[in-house]
Amino acid sequence: MGDVAVSAARAAETAARRSYGKLVAFLAARTRDVAAAEDALSAAFEAALRDWPASGVPASPEAWLLTAARRSMIDAARRRRTHDAATPDLLLFADLATDDVEQRAIPDDRLLLMFACAHPAIDRSVRAPLMLQTILGFDAASIASAFLVAPATMGQRLVRAKTKIKQAGIPFRLPDADDLQERLDSVLEAIYASFTEGWSDAAGTDARRRNLAEEGIWLGRLVAALLPEEPEALGLLALMLHAQARRAARRAANGDYVPLAEQDPKAWDHALIDEAEALLHRASTLGSIGRYQLEAAVQSAHVVRRLTGQTDWAAIVQLYDALAALTGSPVIALNRSIAVAEISGAEAGIAALDALANESRLADYQPYWAARAGLLERAGQVAAADDAYRRAIGLEADPAVRRFLQQRRERLTAR
Amino acid sequence: MKYMLMIYASEAEETKMKPADIQGLMQAYGAYTEALAKAGALKESDRLRPSTDATTVRVRGGKTEVLNGPYAETREQLGGYYVIDVPDLDAALSWAARCPSSGYGTIEVRPIWAM
Repeated sequence: MGDVAVSAARAAETAARRSYGKLVAFLAARTRDVAAAEDALSAAFEAALRDWPASGVPASPEAWLLTAARRSMIDAARRRRTHDAATPDLLLFADLATDDVEQRAIPDDRLLLMFACAHPAIDRSVRAPLMLQTILGFDAASIASAFLVAPATMGQRLVRAKTKIKQAGIPFRLPDADDLQERLDSVLEAIYASFTEGWSDAAGTDARRRNLAEEGIWLGRLVAALLPEEPEALGLLALMLHAQARRAARRAANGDYVPLAEQDPKAWDHALIDEAEALLHRASTLGSIGRYQLEAAVQSAHVVRRLTGQTDWAAIVQLYDALAALTGSPVIALNRSIAVAEISGAEAGIAALDALANESRLADYQPYWAARAGLLERAGQVAAADDAYRRAIGLEADPAVRRFLQQRRERLTAR
Repeated sequence: MKYMLMIYASEAEETKMKPADIQGLMQAYGAYTEALAKAGALKESDRLRPSTDATTVRVRGGKTEVLNGPYAETREQLGGYYVIDVPDLDAALSWAARCPSSGYGTIEVRPIWAM
C-alpha cells in the first residue's frame, strides 16, 4: 500500500470510529431502519476506502460519508420499490436527499438511538449488545464473545431487535417527562452491563473485554454530556470511573489477585478518582438520589483511604442501608454484612450473613461464600471457615481469584 | 402507524363483577373511546362476545373441522379490540395503559402489517 492509500485507510478508520454511531443515529432516526442505516454506512466506508486514496481525504469526512450513505439508502429504496408498492418510506428518503446537512453540523442523535435500543419493547438481554453494535460498531461475533453467547444466537437477537424497532414503530425521540426516569434507567442499565462485562476480565488479558469496559465509560460520558442535569447519569459515570481507577491495582506484578483492602492506594489512578468525585459532587447538588450515586458514594468511601489512611466503614454501612431500601437486593445485603463486620466485629457480620442464608440467589454466589469464609476465619471458627472457602473455590471462574482463595484456605488449615 | 390493541381479561372474573362495577367499567370505556376519537386516533373498535360463543374452523387434508370454543384455552380471553393510528409505539403504549381493562387484564399492542 502506498502512503496515500495508508493515510486514506487511516482517515477512513478514524472517521469510522469517531462518527460511526453519530451517522447511524442520524440516518436511523429519520428512517427508523437501523439495519438499513448500518448497511448504507458500511457501503459508504467501502466507497471511502476506494475513492480517498485517489481523490484525497475530503475536508469533512463525516459529511462525505453521510452523503455516500444517503445515496446508498436511496438506491436500496429504489430497488425495493420495484418489488413492493410505493411506501411512505420514500417520502422520508426524499426528505433525506434534500436535507442539506453538508452545510451545517450533523445533529447528534445518538442519545435518541440509545433510548430506542433500551426501549422496554426490546428484550432486556439484547439492549446492551444493541447499543454496542449501533453506537460503537462492534460486530455480532465480538459482542457474542464478550457476553458469552453463541455468535449465531447473538446475531439473530440483534437482527430481531432491529426489525422490532422498525416494525413496531419504536420512536427516536426523548421520552415524555413521565417516562424519562424509567427509560433513562434502562439506558444506564445497558451501559453498566457493557461496562461490567468488560470489568469482569480482571486480568485485562482479553483485549475485547477491556475495550468493552472503556466503551461503557465512553457511552457513560456521552449520556452525562448530553443529559448533564440528570444526577443518575452522572452517578453512573462516577461509579464506572471509580472502578476503572482501581482496575490495574487488582493484580500484583506476578498476576496474583489483590483484594481491595490490601491494595496500595498509590497504584490507583488518581486523575480518574478526582474526576469521579467531582461528578458525584455535582450529582449531589441536583437533588435526587439514586442507585448509581449511592454505589459511587460507596466507592468514594473506600478510596478516601488514599487521603486518611482509613476506609470510612460507617458511611459504607449507611450507604448500603439506603441501597438496600431502594433495591432490596441480596447482594447489597451481603456487602452491608461485610461493612458491619468492620465496625462491630466478625460475629456481627456473620449474624448479618446468617440472616441471608435463605436467599437462593446467594447459594451459588462466590462472593457470599468468600465473605463468609473470611469472617468465620476471623472469628476462629476454623472448620466452618474451611467449608466456606471450599464452596467459594468451587464457584470461582477466575484462576487468579481461585488461587487467592486456595492460599487463604491453606493458611487456615496450617495454623 | 396503525396498531391493534387487543384486550385480554378473565371472563370468569368479569362474570363475578357487581352490576355497579360493570356500569362503571362501561362508562369508563365510553369515555376512553370518545377520547381516542377526539384525539383523531380511533380507526375502529368492537367488543367481542365471550369465548364460549366462539367456533374454530380448520381444513386438514381437504377435510373441514369445526370445533366449539376458542382457538386456545387461556386464563385470560380476547374480549375486544381497538385499531388506532398514532405516530409511534410510545403513543400506542400510552393509549393501551389508559384502556380501562389494563387495570385488571392485559393489553397486547400489535403493529398492523402495512400493505
